[in-house]
Amino acid sequence: MPLTREPHSGDLAHDEPQPYLWTMNIGPQHPATHTTLRLVMKLDGERVIDAMPDIGYLHSGFEKLGETLDYNQYVTVTDRMNYVSPVANNVAWHHAVEKLMGIEVPPRCQYIRVIVAELARICDHLVCNGAVGLDTGAFTFFMYVFNPREFVLDIFEAMCGARFTNSYTRVGGLTHDITPEAIELIRAFLKKMTTVLRDSENLLNRNRIFIDRTKGVGVLTREEAINRSASGPIARASGVERDLRIDEPYLAYKDFDFNVCVATAGDSYARYLVRMAEIRESMKIIEQAVDNLPPGPVNIGIDERARLPESQAVYSTIEGLISHFELVMSNRGLTVPCGESYAATEAPNGELGFYLVGDGTSAAYRARCRPPSFLHFSLFPHLIRGHMLSDVVAVLGSLNIIAAELDR
Amino acid sequence: MTEPSTIEALKAAHSDLTFSEFRGQTRVVVPLASIHDVLTTLKEQLGFDYLVDVTCVDYLEYRDAADRFGMVYLLARVETNERITVRTFVNDPEPTVPSVVDLWEGANWLEREVWDLFGIRFDGHPDLRRIVLPDAFQAHPLRKDYPLQGRGERHNFPVLTRAEG
Repeated sequence: MPLTREPHSGDLAHDEPQPYLWTMNIGPQHPATHTTLRLVMKLDGERVIDAMPDIGYLHSGFEKLGETLDYNQYVTVTDRMNYVSPVANNVAWHHAVEKLMGIEVPPRCQYIRVIVAELARICDHLVCNGAVGLDTGAFTFFMYVFNPREFVLDIFEAMCGARFTNSYTRVGGLTHDITPEAIELIRAFLKKMTTVLRDSENLLNRNRIFIDRTKGVGVLTREEAINRSASGPIARASGVERDLRIDEPYLAYKDFDFNVCVATAGDSYARYLVRMAEIRESMKIIEQAVDNLPPGPVNIGIDERARLPESQAVYSTIEGLISHFELVMSNRGLTVPCGESYAATEAPNGELGFYLVGDGTSAAYRARCRPPSFLHFSLFPHLIRGHMLSDVVAVLGSLNIIAAELDR
Repeated sequence: MTEPSTIEALKAAHSDLTFSEFRGQTRVVVPLASIHDVLTTLKEQLGFDYLVDVTCVDYLEYRDAADRFGMVYLLARVETNERITVRTFVNDPEPTVPSVVDLWEGANWLEREVWDLFGIRFDGHPDLRRIVLPDAFQAHPLRKDYPLQGRGERHNFPVLTRAEG
């Protein structure tokens, strides 16, 4: 692949042929890229003049698969998109499917989905910040924040049996209801997390080396963040007060009291701080959700004909039997209108939306995923220009690029 | 999600737009010739400063569809959280739409992806190369005539049997 851009009439001096510039390649397999992506950089000494990202190493045709797999099967593919917080993708996918079908899940299901999505957000932010710390030399911090991630995975295991690729949601419900044991685990985790956060923030927030490595590095202004479609913590670190949980409250988010975390500096350090602050807000949300978990069914009713009924209902009621039959027969399945809709959720990385085209069958006619990493990685050349080579990892880490979501 | 005032202003500024509503989302279908003008109006005058997504749908096998490709522009406004979906339709051969990179910088990679996977050209794009597939790739795999398995780039590879491998 030719890694030069077509000449344009800009005023950028680095587009002129400069034979003394070095070209340096990072990736696709490199410890600091964390995932499979490649960067080709033009260097003037140690200064990065331009960077050319080359992606596609993990392209696996997820959107093409979405046109073949039905709405419940595809959830396993969404697990593999942002694999640091898979359950947040599950929630986003079925939120979009339910929007297309025009059904609303019961309150208990909404609350549980909020809980798992926020647990995934904590997990994602811990891993992202841990990786930034690791890349900038703070190995202890990485260990401190990677440890509680293990507890989140334990909670997921207690909730749905899978630690990592959860596939927890279904159209109109969940695979399993939450158990008292899982709630106990969540409460214990929240208690532990307070200490972990305090300890790890003590390690890094005022750490001279970390601040020197990240402050003023990779600055994204508010106007650029909007114009270049940044979302999530990256936009909020640049002063864009956009959080879909508040702006377009989906699921049960309007019931909870939490803050939107915004910083104005727009550099890697601000992105680190925003993520740390969001972990605290997520903990607040989980606490409220666990305390006020509504009783009732976790799946949508039999009449909606979206979720397989319980075996008790199948064996003892005619409605349950018919519903089960209609859903499992290959020529029947879900009732989906011929329409197009877009629904987005605030995933840990930013706005994760699905543009779905339904054609009346059980599989989507088109399942477009709006991946936040894809748009964030396109910011990278802009953010790194003029910085030193060692700043590449500080910027790349703070963007939290997940290549599987980037390439899909 | 779209304010009535936005729709009125858009109707006043441009003719032959078709508005429809589905699941609370406003969708406006724009003729191909005026798509760039409508998007400019939306950005410059109506304040839709955030480009959420640019994507495409291939309507080859869709029931009652008249056109081949439908472009989708999802726009949002950061201050008010208004959203609007702008659609336009393009056809074979050589489907081409004007690029919106001059309006939103974020469209750069999104349009490259649409070119890569659907083969729709963007007039005025600064850097229209394939993005997720290798440059030597010939086909545009998200088109509906591209099979999920079998044809395509696979003929370049020698077919090995179990015994040979």
